[in-house]
Amino acid sequence: MTAQADDIRLAEVAAPAKAETPLRRFVAEFTESKLASGAFLVFLVIAFVAVFAPWIAPTDPYDLATVTVMDARLPPGAESLDGRIFWLGTDGAGRDLLSAIMYGLRISLGVGVMSGLIAMLIGSLVGLTAAYYGGRVDTVIMRIVDIQLSFPAILVALVLLAILGKGVDKILVALVTVQWAYYARTIRASALVERSREYVEAATCLALGHRRILLHHLLPNCLPPLIVVVTVQTAHAISLEATLSFLGIGLPITEPSLGLLIANGFDYMLSLKYWISVYPGVALLVTIVAINLVGDRLRDVLNPRLQR
Amino acid sequence: MSQAEQTGAGVPAIETDAVSKRFVNTLDLAARIARRLGADVVEEVVHAVDRVSIRVERGEVVGLVGESGCGKSTLGRMVAGILKPSDGVIRYKGRDLAALEGREARQAALAVQMIFQDPFASLNPRMRVADIVGEAPLYHGIVGRAELSDYLDEVLRRVGLDPAFKRRYPHQFSGGQRQRIGIARALAVKPEFLVCDEAIAALDVSIQAQVLNLFMDLRQDLDLTYLFISHDLSVVEHISDRVVIMYLGRIVEAAATEALFAEPNHPYTQALLAGVPRLDLRRRVYEPVKGEIPSPLAPPPGCHFHPRCPHAMARCRQEVPALREITPGCWSACHLNDG
Amino acid sequence: MATAGPTLVVRGLKTHFFTRAGQVKAVDDVSFEVGRGEIMGLVGESGSGKTVTGFSILGLVDPPGRVVAGEVLFNGENLVGLDEERMRRLRGDRIAMIFQDPMMTLNPVLRIDTQMIETVQAHREVDHAEARRLARDALGRVGIPSPDERLKAYPHQFSGGMRQRVAIAIALLNRPDLIIADEPTTALDVTIQGQILYEAQKLCRESGTAMIWITHDLAVVAGLAERICVMYAGRIVEQGAIDGVLDRPVHPYTRGLIGSVPSHNPRDGGRGGRLFQIPGMTPSLLSLPPGCAFRERCPRADDACAVDPEITRPLAGREVRCFHPHLETAA
Repeated sequence: MTAQADDIRLAEVAAPAKAETPLRRFVAEFTESKLASGAFLVFLVIAFVAVFAPWIAPTDPYDLATVTVMDARLPPGAESLDGRIFWLGTDGAGRDLLSAIMYGLRISLGVGVMSGLIAMLIGSLVGLTAAYYGGRVDTVIMRIVDIQLSFPAILVALVLLAILGKGVDKILVALVTVQWAYYARTIRASALVERSREYVEAATCLALGHRRILLHHLLPNCLPPLIVVVTVQTAHAISLEATLSFLGIGLPITEPSLGLLIANGFDYMLSLKYWISVYPGVALLVTIVAINLVGDRLRDVLNPRLQR
Repeated sequence: MSQAEQTGAGVPAIETDAVSKRFVNTLDLAARIARRLGADVVEEVVHAVDRVSIRVERGEVVGLVGESGCGKSTLGRMVAGILKPSDGVIRYKGRDLAALEGREARQAALAVQMIFQDPFASLNPRMRVADIVGEAPLYHGIVGRAELSDYLDEVLRRVGLDPAFKRRYPHQFSGGQRQRIGIARALAVKPEFLVCDEAIAALDVSIQAQVLNLFMDLRQDLDLTYLFISHDLSVVEHISDRVVIMYLGRIVEAAATEALFAEPNHPYTQALLAGVPRLDLRRRVYEPVKGEIPSPLAPPPGCHFHPRCPHAMARCRQEVPALREITPGCWSACHLNDG
Repeated sequence: MATAGPTLVVRGLKTHFFTRAGQVKAVDDVSFEVGRGEIMGLVGESGSGKTVTGFSILGLVDPPGRVVAGEVLFNGENLVGLDEERMRRLRGDRIAMIFQDPMMTLNPVLRIDTQMIETVQAHREVDHAEARRLARDALGRVGIPSPDERLKAYPHQFSGGMRQRVAIAIALLNRPDLIIADEPTTALDVTIQGQILYEAQKLCRESGTAMIWITHDLAVVAGLAERICVMYAGRIVEQGAIDGVLDRPVHPYTRGLIGSVPSHNPRDGGRGGRLFQIPGMTPSLLSLPPGCAFRERCPRADDACAVDPEITRPLAGREVRCFHPHLETAA
């Protein structure tokens, strides 16, 4: 019995002072990279702008009362007829580009994130099921995933939108359809690895029912690679939506995303009114790069092989 | 099929009767089509465990020894209920595990628990220690929510951990402490039988001694029975009452510990014991066993050990030796014993 | 190219890691010698610094760690601070390393002959055919059957034990003066371990290669080595001839370690009895207080141990760092 008392005494010495939750440790490791921390801040700013655009934008570019064609194609820094400064210039219809970009970010980010989340939900459930039950279920699901992934995303989106028509909900459907398979495959791979780990075997040994093991043991441990995929895929969704809008098949002109703005300004490029296309393009670029940098760092931090 | 019986009456705690486990790499649709078209694609079968019968009496410690591919871990997992046998019957206190249902099946499942090898992978990294140890007793109603905290404290103290740390996460503990958490998790469901699958192999030497002593204390205090799986013969010799040696899915020898180590009968056991490094043998000249351990995918015909056996005869290549009782309590599967 | 003196002399080696959480003194003032053809066992548990010592000798310590003090005299030449080009020429030629995982030596996408010929030609001016012959001979020396065919194979076509033999063959190719083996048999089965140990012994006997065998397994070292160094928390706590240290250990940690091993041990409680156990666990090297690192777990510790113990020589040929060594004659 004395030996056990010794162990207890020394266990005290050995264990650290406060409960270091996995979250705290993760944050500490993530912020080690200045680049990623900066990118995350940039993303926060963009997200803030996107959410609060109606309140912080200088004008409402879609309020037809305030927009006049007399202000059209003004360069950045020019003044409007009633004394307001157009910081980034105006577009072909006289709308303030800065405000248009803010509203555009709102739509682009909103559609991208929303479609990402829905695709993640669907893909995760499908992938987890495939991994846990294995056998025929797994084979059937994964063949569907393979078929889905073998088509280029743009092609699938184009076909779907041609059938469904324009509208935010139709775009969401197209983006979700294009993305869910990727999530399914990722989480299936992760779940397959985790399923054969010893703590899952222990849970089986303790007779803890299938559902409990799936939701309490497997799912939380499959999240890390999923989080990485979410960030990268969101960036991808945003850029895909911009492409579709640029091609004129995406969102209707009543919901102008950044892609549409770029498309609208394209005609003016040759007459050197670059700002109408370039500034929305820069906004899109910065958003996507910021998200990708964050995703990159997440991938490194959450890599299980690098963890103790 | 013969059974490794022990001199001792009563219903054994665990008994496996000609248990086998085959892992089949089933051909998927593409491979089946390829085979139809004439490709040389075969279904791969690994006979991880081949008609093994062992008996563990109540209160015993049976050591299960073997090298890679011998099937000891697979056998351990079947006994613990993690894998289902392909053939044969596993009996807990005389009752066929596969035939039990509902409450009885659950009780039998909880009565046999497993301690795993890897202290890092055997604990869910996202759960606090209190949840890891307390999840199962709460789930199965062994203890109510009100008494859970005190119950956990008691279990943790029993394995030598300070209950003050039960809100911590596994990564904040050392390997030896994590192994203790794993033992606490098993003890929390009040088991009668523990399968230790290389439970100390991944620990430092000085911590191994601590955990081994803990196992022996628990055996005495809680009247536990053990199936102790290990490749480390010195540890097995120290802790076991009886030892079973496996090679490539089959039992080659089983005997009481002292008898086996004093006079090993099977050539494989002899080679194994001769090759174990010992503290008291200095500058020894090793006489290695020739050859590699065969792959379980393509085991040699007849006696699995014959390619490496210094006494192999023609018969060994053709006929599988039967496991027979050579002297009371000592079983061996070798043609050399047939006179 | 071996000189008459010892092949390797390590003096006051210190390797520290400068991490975000603090400074880790992984190797803290380590000194030992390895003579020509001698096998020395470097024994310790996890965190003892034995692996980092091996890496430090070869100059393979990556940031955030670096060798901060001491010298490593290999055939009289100091390897600490040596320019990288000279170091590269020594590595693989005069000093070789064998790792626990043979896949740290073997490139999985190259054939064995490619890798071995590359190793030979990196250090010597020989043509392809001659290099191949040397490779084949090396494979034969480590007991690999039909070496000509095996040369054309890829690492994944070998079993674990065979891969380790190939790694040893590669280490041997240029007939080095010193081989550092870091836990080479820990992951192998008993019968395969026996084969590797047999090969290692044969090599050192035949070619006069000195070897440092790093392991946590005292029993392996007992059968193999002539000298032993026991490490704890970055320091060597005891070193000497193998028989002396194992039969008559002087440092309480060595004693505890030997007592923990259930291996025909007269010191343990007999079969089925309690093993001697060292209480507690290895301290974290991050917050190591001054004084003897073993203090917290030592039954003989007192206030005197709050100071770093110096090296003393209580017996002939034995060095120990302890204020209260076991010097009684009864074992």
